Amino acid sequence: MTPVPAEKPRQELVTPHDQERAAVNRLIADDVTLGYDQRVIAEKLSVEIPDNSFTVIVGPNACGKSTLLRALSRMLKPSAGRVLLDGNVIQSMPAKKVAKTLGLLPQSSIAPDGITVGDLVARGRYPHQGLLRQWSAEDERIVDESMESTGVRELADRYVDELSGGQRQRVWIAMALAQQTPLLLLDEPTTFLDIQHQLDVLDLCAELHEEQGRTLVAVLHDLNHAARYATHLIALRDGAVIAEGAPSEIVTAELVEQTFGIQCQIIDDPESGTPLVIPAARTGRKTLAKAAT
Amino acid sequence: MKAIRTRAGLSFRLDVRTTAVVTLLLVAALAASVVLIGTGDFEIPAADVVRTLLGDGDAGQEFIINDLRLPRVLVGLLVGAALGLGGALFQSIARNPLGSPDVLGLGQGSTAGALTMIVLFQGSAVEVAGGALVGGLVTGAAIYLLAWKRGVHGYRLVLVGIGVSAFITAVNSYLLTKADFVDAARAVVWMTGSLNGRDWDQVWPLLALCAVLVPLVLVYGRPLRMLEMGDDVANALGVRVERTRAVLLLASVLLTAAATAAAGPVSFVALTAPQLARRLTRSPGPNLMPAMFMGAALLIVADLASQRAFGADQLPVGVVTGVLGGVYLLWLLVTQRKAGRI
Repeated sequence: MTPVPAEKPRQELVTPHDQERAAVNRLIADDVTLGYDQRVIAEKLSVEIPDNSFTVIVGPNACGKSTLLRALSRMLKPSAGRVLLDGNVIQSMPAKKVAKTLGLLPQSSIAPDGITVGDLVARGRYPHQGLLRQWSAEDERIVDESMESTGVRELADRYVDELSGGQRQRVWIAMALAQQTPLLLLDEPTTFLDIQHQLDVLDLCAELHEEQGRTLVAVLHDLNHAARYATHLIALRDGAVIAEGAPSEIVTAELVEQTFGIQCQIIDDPESGTPLVIPAARTGRKTLAKAAT
Repeated sequence: MKAIRTRAGLSFRLDVRTTAVVTLLLVAALAASVVLIGTGDFEIPAADVVRTLLGDGDAGQEFIINDLRLPRVLVGLLVGAALGLGGALFQSIARNPLGSPDVLGLGQGSTAGALTMIVLFQGSAVEVAGGALVGGLVTGAAIYLLAWKRGVHGYRLVLVGIGVSAFITAVNSYLLTKADFVDAARAVVWMTGSLNGRDWDQVWPLLALCAVLVPLVLVYGRPLRMLEMGDDVANALGVRVERTRAVLLLASVLLTAAATAAAGPVSFVALTAPQLARRLTRSPGPNLMPAMFMGAALLIVADLASQRAFGADQLPVGVVTGVLGGVYLLWLLVTQRKAGRI
């Protein structure tokens, strides 16, 4: 019997084909299996984030949307499959190099006691700094610009713990902006905010996408917000992609039922012309649910 | 905040208040050292002390200062600095002021090592110090391994540490009951923490360890600041979270164990010095440098008080650090609570 040559683990293989795909889309999850310890959340999941898109991931609770975002941002290592950033397996890249390309606004962030807005935003510059280059003129300029474009410049000297929830979220987004990454991932950026601040944050995201040409990926709960703001929508359920594409093309009553298990009508949003999901009224929902069983 | 930039492209950010605090603490520590060296059974004027330290004194004073008093003061400064720095590291990693080495049982671990050498082997001073060092390191490793669950996290670290601490305290009490009268007396003195009779043999190993660890820790202080915003944010900023934490915990355990081996478990410095420092600098972040200098200043002032304030009865320094540090921290907490910030 001839000895089988030791094969490199599949995850580390980068083929010329991958490089070609990377030329089209910078961030790709390829057949990934995701989970914590023994619990598998998604199997053989493949997702491509179109460059220059505002991609929104939607799905019911525990469908794996935050888990997918963690995998895309190097936070969670897939137990099988690979996440490719610019054609490289993301886990094999130097941490700071990833941090210069891809930013993440996680759900769980802690503002250190007694930190000011300006100081917090300045920390976003970390991946660009070194031991001997800790605060260049460029750092200062970019921190200023980041605060400017998120509208928190006047708050620069205020303490973060004195701010309202909406202001605080803007500050964290400013910090992620100061990181100056072409790709920015946001994990439920509107949770815990009232409607005004939700729209405020989403408008800000749309601006960053349109005016600064960044690729944004956000996990959102509100399907109507997703349909209104996303240029590319990914619907997940049980760790699998149900549909993806432009909201106006993929959001149908069938898709919503398949993904969220609710009956609804879809009408045109009178403001934006995007699909608007109207859940069936209580009685209608009941009879429909009965009819379905 | 003040930006400092050179033409060569070096750039730093300097917090004016922090710099002032560090400078003041350094001055305070040095001044207390000079007083400590100059006073005692044989008084030497401060000017002579400074002249002798600079290598220009007469032979008699040189003997008293360089051979008798200086090493004790240096041990005090180094032990205080190591405890302050180790405490700041632990508290920052645990994201909790209670996550300091003396609360988590590192002091008890060192004590167990020292008691084993004193009670079971009637060991020499060097052997006791060795036992304390090993005890501290083993305890540190045990806490790290027990707290590990896909990484080490704040509350888990604190709770595991408190559990370990309770267990070792019981072991220590048991060892004490087994000791005969002479050993028990020696053990109790060691357990209070004292600088009596410390000489150059304690200075060199501590100095060498600090010379290696302090620069290492200060380099890792930048990623540590990022870690304070949560593992996810730090990760997103390109920090290697688990490696940073492991390196810093190891450094902190080494610093604490070495300091404890040299002077016994001097109470409260590791807990209070970082808290005092951050209240003085009013700056977020682990405040490593201020905590280190605060530790040194606190310990040396406490030693001065323990030797001079109580007449002929000299107290072990550990008693005074507890009183001084505790009262000062309470005072700061009360006054700053009025100002609305804790």
